[in-house]
Amino acid sequence: MATPNHTPAPDEAGIGNRLLQPIDRRLFLRYTGVTAAATGLLLAGCDDDDNNSDSNAVNVGTGDFGVLNYAFALEQLEAAFYTQLRTGSYYTGLGANSAEKQILDDLALHEKIHADFFRAAIPANGGTLIKDLEPDFSSINFNSKDSVLKAAQDFEDLGVAAYNGAGRYLSNPLFLSIAGKIVSVEARHAGLIRDLRAYNTFVANDVVDVFTPTPGSNGPTPFSQGTGTGLERSKTPSEVVAIANNFLKSGSKLNVSGIS
Amino acid sequence: MDLFKIISDIEKVDPEVYERFDTRRRAFKHLTGLGQKLTAAALPGLVGALFNKAYGQGTGSLPADVVAVLNLALQLEYLEYNFYNAGLNTPGLIPASEVAAITTIRNDEAGHIKVLRQALGNQAFSQSDVPVTAFDYTGQGSFPDWNTNTAKYFGVAQSFVDTGVRAYKGGAPILINNKDILQAALNIHSVEARHSSHIRTVRRALASNAVGTIVAADPNDLNNKPKSWISGQDNGGAAPNATPVNTRPVYAAGGVVTVGSTPLPSPAEDNLMHAQFNAQTGSTAPTGLTITPAAASEAFDEPLDAATVKTIARNFRSAAGAALGLFNP
Repeated sequence: MATPNHTPAPDEAGIGNRLLQPIDRRLFLRYTGVTAAATGLLLAGCDDDDNNSDSNAVNVGTGDFGVLNYAFALEQLEAAFYTQLRTGSYYTGLGANSAEKQILDDLALHEKIHADFFRAAIPANGGTLIKDLEPDFSSINFNSKDSVLKAAQDFEDLGVAAYNGAGRYLSNPLFLSIAGKIVSVEARHAGLIRDLRAYNTFVANDVVDVFTPTPGSNGPTPFSQGTGTGLERSKTPSEVVAIANNFLKSGSKLNVSGIS
Repeated sequence: MDLFKIISDIEKVDPEVYERFDTRRRAFKHLTGLGQKLTAAALPGLVGALFNKAYGQGTGSLPADVVAVLNLALQLEYLEYNFYNAGLNTPGLIPASEVAAITTIRNDEAGHIKVLRQALGNQAFSQSDVPVTAFDYTGQGSFPDWNTNTAKYFGVAQSFVDTGVRAYKGGAPILINNKDILQAALNIHSVEARHSSHIRTVRRALASNAVGTIVAADPNDLNNKPKSWISGQDNGGAAPNATPVNTRPVYAAGGVVTVGSTPLPSPAEDNLMHAQFNAQTGSTAPTGLTITPAAASEAFDEPLDAATVKTIARNFRSAAGAALGLFNP
């Protein structure tokens, strides 16, 4: 399966650099009151995202419901993965009381509940649901422990990076709060699946900009003297769907160009 | 006054002017809404305030509610950093198999301290690091063996990290108008959850004299063999009956935080309701599985309001920490 290429961020000289990430001009202009028509023209001129070029793509929409549908899409993918996992010989061969079976059963439940939450909450709050997506797991060998757990790790890490990167696009505090309730569970999953594959990799530099202290005899002085930040490497919606779309059939691939 | 002309001119000397305004989207919304009514006389003052905010980050310009969230986070990071650092400096306390993990966690907390300090600038509650002597890890005598008993040490660690996860979750909505600070906080929050996952994995193994991920959680002994996620209220956590301080409040309900006009409660961790959705009865289990209340509760973590977090954390400050004002209401 495709593996995200992680490019470690350069160490930041100051938080100002990290906290002040680019905003594109069209968003800026929108907030300053440029008319919808002019914004539309700008959007047409700026849309150069290859990942969104599939005319059959599922557009998650705009605004808070665009973000929630984006989350719904990712949860559908995860729920489908853990459900299909249960039919493969890796899972069916696990001992009834084994830690791995307990873990994978829990993950199948949690992800199904997350997907069903969005399926109910989006229309209940006035949004329009995207359709049910058709996953493409042909790159995953469900009879292989290595293949299954590698895929699980990638999905969980991707989910965490996606929620963290999308929170900024929510305007309703309630939705932000609920996204927070879910993402930490995804991070717990990610930590354990990573530990399951390679113990002590619950945090590693591919997913977290790990902090390395300046050497000292009794911990660094000051404590925060060193390189890195200890921050999760969140991903933008377009970065996420470039990966997620590899696991969705034509006609179910995601277009997130409306999230901004 | 032509605002666009001004910004365009600024862009010539500061190409990042648009980026600077991003954290101040609320300020722009405010301006836009008033746009039609502004008089030429009022505009310069508003624009001045706007630019002051855009360029003033870290120099006393963050709103008070944002500062409060970040300063509580910073104090919690010191609580954790010093706890892990003290553990690493206590020979024999942390098993050799876990030294790498605790070092990783300790270092992550140092990174978080760095990030929070840079965001706060001179609005940080203290301009110097908070030393280990500011904390009382016995919890007023409740855990006198925290640094001699390995299982107890990891139990206290779990309680701290789970409090931290809930605190960030409770604080995040307050940051909603400061997008880049929000994103940084979310990127700390998930790392804390990864820590919690691992600490819980370690505790399951320790309880069976094992190492690694081989030990299943025991739903009948969540106090000592927890899952890597919170199940129900975890039967009160690592030390539900310690005295005078126990770990039940870490998983219990807290207070309400109102963001804008939206009240956000802090339900107990066994909560099943999320925006009118019942996570048990509102979902259909995959074939062969059943959604129990425990499973439904595990799928969602819960936030905790600042006041309740501080009440928990004050149990772990020393007299010196109290003198510093750590976790004051």
